[in-house]
Amino acid sequence: MSDFLVFEGVSKHYGDIRAVDSVSFSVNKGEIFSLLGPSGCGKTTLLRCCAGFEDPDAGRIILDGRDITGLPPHERKVNTVFQNYALFPHLTIRENIAFGPRMARWTKGEIDKEVSRMLELIQMEDYAGRKVTEISGGQKQRVAIARALINRPQVLLLDEPLAALDLKLRQRMLVDLDAIHDEVGITFVYVTHDQGEAMGISDRIAAMNRGRIEQIGSPAEIYEAPRSSFVAAFIGDTNFFDGTVTGVLDGSYCRLKIEGFPDVLAWNDKGLQTGNAVHLSLRPEKFKISREKPDEASSLNVVQGTVEDVIYLGSHTKYWVRVDDYRLGVNQQHRHYLLDTRPIIWGETVWLSWFADDSCMLERYKAEDENLLVLPDMEEESVPE
Amino acid sequence: MKRSRIPFFTTLAVLVFFYLPLVILSVNSFNDSRYGGPWNGFTVRWYVRLFQDRQIWHALQNTLIIASTATLVSMVVGTMAAFALNRYRTRLQMVHYGMIYSPLIVPDILMGMSLLLFFVALNVKLGLVTIFLAHVTFCISYVAMVVLSRLQDFDFSLMEAAQDLGAGHWTAFRRVMLPLIMPGIAAGGLLAFTLSLDDFVITFFVSGPGSTTLPIHIYSMMKHGAPAVINALSVILLLVTFVLVSASRTMREKIQ
Repeated sequence: MSDFLVFEGVSKHYGDIRAVDSVSFSVNKGEIFSLLGPSGCGKTTLLRCCAGFEDPDAGRIILDGRDITGLPPHERKVNTVFQNYALFPHLTIRENIAFGPRMARWTKGEIDKEVSRMLELIQMEDYAGRKVTEISGGQKQRVAIARALINRPQVLLLDEPLAALDLKLRQRMLVDLDAIHDEVGITFVYVTHDQGEAMGISDRIAAMNRGRIEQIGSPAEIYEAPRSSFVAAFIGDTNFFDGTVTGVLDGSYCRLKIEGFPDVLAWNDKGLQTGNAVHLSLRPEKFKISREKPDEASSLNVVQGTVEDVIYLGSHTKYWVRVDDYRLGVNQQHRHYLLDTRPIIWGETVWLSWFADDSCMLERYKAEDENLLVLPDMEEESVPE
Repeated sequence: MKRSRIPFFTTLAVLVFFYLPLVILSVNSFNDSRYGGPWNGFTVRWYVRLFQDRQIWHALQNTLIIASTATLVSMVVGTMAAFALNRYRTRLQMVHYGMIYSPLIVPDILMGMSLLLFFVALNVKLGLVTIFLAHVTFCISYVAMVVLSRLQDFDFSLMEAAQDLGAGHWTAFRRVMLPLIMPGIAAGGLLAFTLSLDDFVITFFVSGPGSTTLPIHIYSMMKHGAPAVINALSVILLLVTFVLVSASRTMREKIQ
C-alpha cells in the first residue's frame, strides 16, 4: 500500500534557520525508508515531527489516512529507537521492554508473554533480569528496538540507531535489523548520515540537504543516477565535468565538448539539444585504467592522462589522474592481481576509458558540493554527528 | 627501592590532629570529674543527667522541628529552583544562579545580621518562625545545587522515550524522572538537615525568647559551666551526624 505515511509540505524553523523547508513525500507500508543527509540537513527534525516531539510550523503528517499533526507523542501509533538508546537505567531489561505495554494497560499475562517473545526475537532471553548498565552497546541497541516494537507501532522510527557502535558491530546490527524487519513487517523510517547503512538496509532513500529533499529513489537509482551534484557527491564518490552539447546522436546519446578532452559520448536521458551546457557526474569505478590504448568501441570514451597519486587499498587501488585541468579519481578493482606484474605508478602516462552509459547528467549543479567529495585518506571513515 | 615513610607519618599526624580532640571529648564524657582533667574513674552519670535535663529536651525538640520543616520546604523549593535553572536558558538565569548560589559563600554572620535587620524592619516577632525562615533560605541553596548537578547528568531523551512509549507528561515524570533524580533530592535534603541541625551563627541572630535550639543551648551551658554534660551531648550528636552522613553517602553511591 502506497501513501501509508505522508508528509505534506512540512516546514520547521528554529529562529531564522529553516531546519525543514516545505518537505513532501510518502512512505509505503512495510518498507524501510531512509532519510539520508549530512548533519543539520533536517532529517532528525523530520523524524521528531513524526514522533511528536516537535510541532511543524506548516504542513501535515498523515499516518494510515489519519492526520496525526499536533497529536502528543503518546497518542501516536509510532515508536522511536533513539540514537543514544535512551533506555531507563533504573529498570531491568525486562522492565524496559514492558514499559510501553504497561502504559497501555495490557494484562499481566499478555505483557509477560509478549516481553518473552521480544527477548527471543532479539536473542537476549538470558539477560532479562540485568540492569541497563550491565549490557554492551549492541545489546542496548537490540533492547531499544524490542522496547519500541513490542507496542506494535504502525511505523518504527530509527534515529541514527547504529551511530554509537563500532564499524564491525554496525555491519552486524544492520543485518540483524534487516532480519527483524523481515520478521515483523513493520514500516521503518531510518535516519542516518551514513550512506553505507542507508544503501544496505533501505528499500528507498530520500537524500536530504539544507532542509529539502534532493532526490528519492532506490539505493541503485540514487547511486547510479543522481539528479543533483549534492546527491552525486554526498553518496559515494564521483568526478564532475562541465561541458557543452555539440551534437545529438540518434536520440539517446549526444556528443559533448569538455575542456581538455577529445569528443565525449554521453547518454542523453535529459533530452538536451545542441548548444546546451551540461554537468556530468562519473563514478570513479566506471573508469578502466591501462597502459595500452584500449580497443575502439562505439560507445567507449578514451582519454590520455598522467598518474599523480596511487593509493593501494587492498580490494582496490585508487589512482588520481591528471587530464588537463581535471584531477580524476579512478578506482580499479583487483579482480585479478599478480604480485610479479609491474603496477602502474606515479608519473606514468595512462589511458582512461569509460562507457557512454555510465556517466550521468545532473539536473542541478552547485560548485560548493565538490567540497563533499571524498578525500583520499578519509575513505571508509564516517564521523558520527 | 625503599619506600619513603614520610607520607605515612604525615597522614598519621593529620589524623591525630583531626581526631584527638574528639577522642578526648568522648573519653571525658565517661570521666567521673566535673571539669575534665585527670581520670577519676568511669561513670555514665553525665548521660543520666543529660537525659533528665528538661531544657535540653526542649531545645532538641525545637531543633528537630526546625530542621525537619526547613528541610522539607527547602527540598521542594530547591528542587523547583534546580529545574528552573536547568531547563530555561535566558540571560536572567545567570542572575538567578548567582542568587541561589550566594548563600553558600556569604559569611554566616552577614546572613544572620541581615536577616535580623530584615525581621526587625518588618516587625516580625523573633522565634521559631524566624529561625525556620532563616534556615530555609540557606538550605534551599544546598538542595538546589545538589539537585542541579543531578539534573545536569539527566538525559532528557529518557523523558521523550517514556512519552514515545505511551506515557503522558505527568506519568513520564513520575515513572522515569522522579526515580532517577530522587537520590539527588534526598541527598540534598540530608545535607540541609545536618546543616540546619547544627547551625549556630544565623540562629543566634534570629532566635527569640523560648525558641532556643540545641546549639544555642549548648553555648549557654558552656557559659554556665556544665562541660561534662556537654561532652556527653556532643558524643550523642557525633553519633547521630555520623549515621546521617553515611546514610546520604550510601544513597549517593547507590545511584552511581
